[in-house]
This record gives sequence, structure tokens and C-alpha cells, in this order.
Amino acid sequence: MMPSSDLPRWADVVLLPLLNLLAALAVCGVIIFFLGENPFTALWVMIKGAFFYSGSLGYTLYYTTNFIFTGLAVAIAFHAMMFNIGGEGQAYIGGLGAGLVALWLAPVFPALLVIPLAIVAAALFGAAWGLIPGILQAYRGSHIVITTIMFNFIAGSIMVWLLVGPLIEPGQQSPQTPKFGESALVPKLHEIWGGVFSFLGNSPLNLSFLLALICLIGFWFLIWRTKLGYEIRTVGQNPEAARYAGINVPKIIVIAMALSGALAGLLAINELMGVQHRVVLNFTSGYGFTGIAVALMGRNHPVGIFLASFLFGAIYQGGAELDFEFQTITRDMALLMQGMIILFSGALAYMFNPWVSRVLKRWMTKQEAARG
Amino acid sequence: MVSEKNMDGRDGAHSFALRLDGISKSFGAVHANRDISLDVKAGTIHGIVGENGAGKSTLMNIIFGLQTPDHGTISVFDSLKTIRTSADAISLGIGMVHQHFMLVPNMSVLDNVMLGSEGGSLLAEGREQTLERLQSLSKNYGMGVDPHALIEDLPVGIRQRVEIIKAIKGGARLLILDEPTGVLTPGEAAQLFNILRSLRDDGVTVLLITHKLEEIMSITDYVSVMRDGEMVAHRETTQTNPEELARLMVGRDVLLSVEKGPADPKEVKLSASSINCRSAVGNTLLKNVSFDLRAGEILGVAGVAGNGQTELLEILSGMRAATSGSFTILDQIVNGDSALSPSAMRELGIAHIPEDRHEHGLVLSFEAQENAILGYHHDDRFKRGLFLNQEGILDRCKTLMRDHDVRPPNPNLNASNFSGGNQQKIVIGREVDRDPEILLVGQPTRGVDVGAIEFIHKQLIRLRDEGCAILLVSVELEEILSLSDRIMVMNEGEIVGIVDQAAASQEKIGMMMAGIETEAAA
Repeated sequence: MMPSSDLPRWADVVLLPLLNLLAALAVCGVIIFFLGENPFTALWVMIKGAFFYSGSLGYTLYYTTNFIFTGLAVAIAFHAMMFNIGGEGQAYIGGLGAGLVALWLAPVFPALLVIPLAIVAAALFGAAWGLIPGILQAYRGSHIVITTIMFNFIAGSIMVWLLVGPLIEPGQQSPQTPKFGESALVPKLHEIWGGVFSFLGNSPLNLSFLLALICLIGFWFLIWRTKLGYEIRTVGQNPEAARYAGINVPKIIVIAMALSGALAGLLAINELMGVQHRVVLNFTSGYGFTGIAVALMGRNHPVGIFLASFLFGAIYQGGAELDFEFQTITRDMALLMQGMIILFSGALAYMFNPWVSRVLKRWMTKQEAARG
Repeated sequence: MVSEKNMDGRDGAHSFALRLDGISKSFGAVHANRDISLDVKAGTIHGIVGENGAGKSTLMNIIFGLQTPDHGTISVFDSLKTIRTSADAISLGIGMVHQHFMLVPNMSVLDNVMLGSEGGSLLAEGREQTLERLQSLSKNYGMGVDPHALIEDLPVGIRQRVEIIKAIKGGARLLILDEPTGVLTPGEAAQLFNILRSLRDDGVTVLLITHKLEEIMSITDYVSVMRDGEMVAHRETTQTNPEELARLMVGRDVLLSVEKGPADPKEVKLSASSINCRSAVGNTLLKNVSFDLRAGEILGVAGVAGNGQTELLEILSGMRAATSGSFTILDQIVNGDSALSPSAMRELGIAHIPEDRHEHGLVLSFEAQENAILGYHHDDRFKRGLFLNQEGILDRCKTLMRDHDVRPPNPNLNASNFSGGNQQKIVIGREVDRDPEILLVGQPTRGVDVGAIEFIHKQLIRLRDEGCAILLVSVELEEILSLSDRIMVMNEGEIVGIVDQAAASQEKIGMMMAGIETEAAA
């Protein structure tokens, strides 16, 4: 997928993404300028809005949590060279799993049982929604990009049907389920450790954030320290060599897609059990798609995915602040920035590569010359 | 158009068809070409020899605009030019026939030749003109190409002629051929050389890239030798000899033969009986292949590339299922159509050095240590509970690198950063580690420098003497002749015959490769 780069590693991992980010921000700055505002003021407002206002960091980290799940989902499929566009649908169906457990069990059982079961259900439902396109790709050759996109639509239709029909809150008009019982609510950090996390204010950041961090670490171990991870990477990097090595390539593709769907499904824990406290229509609101950008920008590595998630979280939160502060700028600015970042760090990821490599080469020759 | 001829048929208008001055090109830390200078006289056949990896292909890609040099200048027909794309090269009158053909298999010869010169948006006119041109070229140079045949129905030799016609149809006056005989039988190669001679007599300059010395001696007027990315010598062909060229290529005296004692074959380890294999679209790939392979012998499989050797290796290693037939491996019967998986084959004691280490043998983006366990990653040595045993893997790789002299001995280096020879040593080291009973070897020295070739050959002989049964597939006839104890010749998926090494000669095997059975064929 990624072209080979002859840059030193630090430049490839740090410098290029930073340049891409700056380029994206510069384009947004130009647009803000033409809207009649000062781009630098706007940037400062965003930064304050994302990190400094009371509770804002909590909001940023809450968005970050969502992006970590979907980013990891895309990344694990990517390691098997599967382009999973279906994070959105997998998260949506994952929400169904979590929701069913919450609705059925929460009235009766304690949180210590309900929440783990809901996590498992979200993962399983998400996995199932990734598994089917995986099977179709591995054994029937149906292209994963096409099938996962279609599965997003199918998921959307199923959920609309359920939320306006069988699962709708009785006696209500809006397409959503009844509120979950107390024991299905994932505690917010400011609720349990208000003293320590007072700076979080009244933010929706909840324990799912810890689950996301655990997933990041688990992802690293899985991919680089287990036999399964080794097989996934082999299939992704050279399927022919995998076949030669006796690795069951279709099976690995299916497993990778199921794991991918499971990770996407966990988004529901943060979004539904942590914040909405019920299954609502379109609760995934594009996080699944943004996960693609997160994985691209994070180079499919947990550390990169964390940083990219944090960046996108900050843009989400800061972008909302722009909307408050400026008459001329709407919430869509966050979407535009996100789009620009995807464009520059995804589609044009290596645009600056030749230029950077030339400049670096010249610089290094100079250094050598100076040293004699 | 071929033009500007003077009386003796040579291109007299220019003194040089091509002049390179100080061309350098590096990929990362690797200097593929270093300060290359070269003069190619117009109207001559100029050979460039060098080992695999000496930088010949990079140089040709630079001349044809597929890569841009870091330094240096190129002059074409006496004037300084900048070649950025292959379109630039073509407009300057440079044509190239690649090692791997660039033809559309399900289109006709005519349509393939027309590619790039279709004329207007309606094809009729361009097609008419192309047909005329194609027929006249085919006639003038005795190529015998049917314009309406489909490429996929043609033998390789003819396909190559189509490539040549494509290259010269627009009037190329400098024709570059990259390893043109790699896929040809000796007979086809001789016909190719006749065509090249008549092209030269019409004023076309031919640049021939090869690593085969006998070709250089038989057809070229001048020869330049490359070694390690540098141009080390220029000679007039009549003023040199193969020994000198070999020495120049390698940089020292070369032992062209392999020292080995007589074989001591023991019990049959592998016995194939009437293995058949058809491709997905029904083409016959293997037909009634039967043979025995004994412990302590090397059975060489000779044949032009693409005559079933690849499929045979894949079936025996469990990577592909046969259509029918069976084989017995170490007393276990394997029915072809229910092939065991490659990992089951490894468990039985079969190791497989694949023909293409980049495609199958290695994951180039993985570190050496990760490659050192590929296919053996189920092994208990590399497991620790749920996780991989990092120390075990590292130890394995270090031992492998020491025993097989892999340079640089750095287990963390990506496989892509090793030279071809060292990559191959990693593959071989990995495969022979568990003392396999049967070793399947494909093209063991393809793209490997001479030092490593000697090392690899010695290893194979040592394994044979230790009682390993070795099946050796190679397109290098000399390699087959010098290593094998018996030679099995394949043509179009069939065994033409199996001969003892003592009774084999280059000519005889060459005839058999073309499908002609000789009386000695048993």
C-alpha cells in the first residue's frame, strides 16, 4: 500500500506526517481567511477549546477513545492488507450487541456482570459484521472494499428498522431504545475520581478510555509478539510467501476481518454505554470512516494511532468551539479540517517525500563536508 | 524508419549511437551504478556482460528513461539528451525489449504492435499501416510472424520477435535487449541472433545485455564488462576470450566447475507416478510425470523456463494440488488431487528452496530474524506460551547467519536490504536447518554473486553426501550439468528423458530441452 521511502526513519515517521498536517492546516487557514476571520485567532480558539477550557480536555479524550477503537479496527485489517471501509457498520452492529445485553440484563444483574458481557457482545456483533465480508473476500474473491461499503448500508437499514420498530422506546416518537438500566452505564471518570480529575469538568470521558488503552497495548502484542500477528503480517506483506510457508491465507484474512470488526464494535461501549445510555439512530456519526484516516496517519502502529486519535479528537472538540466563537464559521469547519488532513496524510501522504529527501540529502552532504 | 545508411550498410551519419558519461545511480546506500562511461558505436552489436546484480538492468532502465540518474549525462546519436520518460527515449529512436515481455496475451500480434501508434480515434487506418509495416519487417528479417495470431497461442520465441517488431516499428535505431535468451531454447536463441545480425546490417545499433559469455563471443562486435555497479572494461570482441571476460566480471579467477565425488544413491525417498496437472483454464502443465529420487543423489531438472518445472516443485512441496496422479514421499502416499499443505510437507521432512525468493521465499519488508522462521514458526523453539519466543528467534537467526556466512550478520535488518546472494543464504539456511530428508531446490543461484554460488553449490553437495535426496530445478544448464548426478529434461510438461550425468552433454540436453528425444534418453 505504502510506497517505499528512502528517507531516514525519523523523517518518515515524524517529519512527513507533521508536514502533511501543516499543509492541511494551511489550506484551512486560507479558507478561514477568505471567510473573513483571522486564521491564527481561529487556531488559538481551537487550541483553547480543545485543551484549556474547563472540561474540554475530557471531551477531546472522549472523542479520542472513539477514534482509537475505529483506528485500531482499520489498522488490524490493514496489516493483512485488507482495506476495511466497514468500520462504521461494524460499530453500528456492535452497538446492537451492547444494547441488547444492556436492555435485557441491566434490570436484573449488577454492573460487574453486565458491562463485561456488553463488551463481549459488542465485540462479537462487530466481529460478525466484519467476518462475513472477510469470508466473501477470502473464499469467493468479492472485493472487501465493495462488500464492507455495502455492509455499512445493510447495517444502517437494519438499525433503522429495529429502532423504529421492535426496539423503539414504547410510547415515544424518536427512533431510539429505552434508557439502559443503571448497571449498564459505564462510569464517567469525573464521577468516580472527581477529585483527581477535576480538570475534566463535566465531560463524557468514561472508563471506556481505559479499555481503549488496553486495546492499544493488546494490539501491539498481538501484531508483533504472537504467532497469529506474525501470520497476519506475512499474509499482508506477501501472500505468496505466506502460502509457501503453509499459512492458511483465507483463514487469516477471515480472522483479521473479524478482529477488525470486533475492535470497531467496541466503539459502542464508549458511545452508548458511556454517554448516550441508549441505542440511538446513527450514533456512529462517521467515526468508522475517520478511523481510516487515523490508521493511515498513525501508520497502523498503536503509538501513531493514539497520537492521530488525539489529534482528531482535538479537532472535533476545538471545531465545536469555533462554531461558538465565530459567526461565520460553522461546525462544518471541523469536518473540513478532518477532510484536509485525510487528503494530505492519506491520499497525498508522500507528496513531500521527494522534496524532503532532496533537502535532507543536501543537508547531510553539507554536514559531511563541514566535518571534512 | 531505418535510414541514414551509407554504402556499407552501416549507420554512417553518426559515430556514436550512445555515449554515457559519468552515470551514477544509488538506491539508499546501494550504489547500483557508479560513474559509468560507455561509448556504443553506431551500427554495431555491443554486448554488456556482468553478473546478476552488477547494475546492468539499472543502467538500461536509465537509458530507456525508466529511472533517472543521480549524476552523469547521456548523448544519443552524437547529441546531449535528457531522458526523463520512456516516451523521451522512444522519440529519440531507442527501442527496448524487456526481459519480461510487455504484451497483452489475449490480443492479436497486430493489435499488440499497433499499441501506441493507433493513429486517429478510428482504428482502421492505423491498423492498415501497422499491418503493412509489420509484414514488411517480418519479411525483411525472416521473422515469420502471423499478424493475426493471438499472443497467448504463440511460443516464447515468437513473442519475443513481436516485441522486437514493436520496438523497431517506429524506426528505432538503437535496440536494447535485456537478457533476451533467458527464456529461449538454444535453437531459438540462434534464430534470434540471425535476426539481430540482419538488423545490424541495416544500420540498427544493438545493445545486448546478458550474463552468458558464449553469446557475447558469438554475436557481438564490442563488449563492455560491469562489476559491482561499475564499468570495468571495454573490449573488441575479437580481441578477448571467455576466460578474460569471466575474470573481469568476477574480479578474480573463477572455478567454473564444481568439485564433487561420485554419488552414493541409497533408498528411494520420493517416487512420483504419473502426475498430471492442468491450469485453471485447462492448459496442460504437467503430463504423466513419473520419476524416483533417491537418498544421496542430486536429480537435476533441465528445461527452458515455463515447461512445468515450477508446477512440479509446487506440487511436491504441497503448494498446489495436481489434477491426477500420486507420489510417495518417505513411504507416505500423497494423492495429487488432495495435496497436503506446505506445513504438513515440512513436518514430513521436506524442505523447499523456492525458485523465486522474492515472491515466495522471503517477506522482504520483514526483518531477517522474522524471515528465519518463515514456515517454521509453529516450531516449539519459537513459542513461549501465547507469545513468540523472541530470544529463540534471535538465536536461531544468529546461528543461521554464522553457519551460512550471511553478511551483514544483522538479524534486525530488513530482508530487502541484503544482497541477492545473502538473501538466498538466509532461505537456504532456514530450509536445511532441520536436516531435511528431501530438499526441493529451485534456481538456487539466480541473481546470486559468484562467491555465493560457490558456497551454495558446496552446501548442496555436502547435503547430498550426508544422504539428503535433492531435486534441483535450474534454467542454468551449466549448473544442472555440474551439480546433478542424473538429469531429467522437461519439455511442455513432459519428461523427455532422464540421463546420467556422465552421458550428458550441453548439446544433447539442449536437443532434449527442445523436445527432441535422443537415443540415450531412457
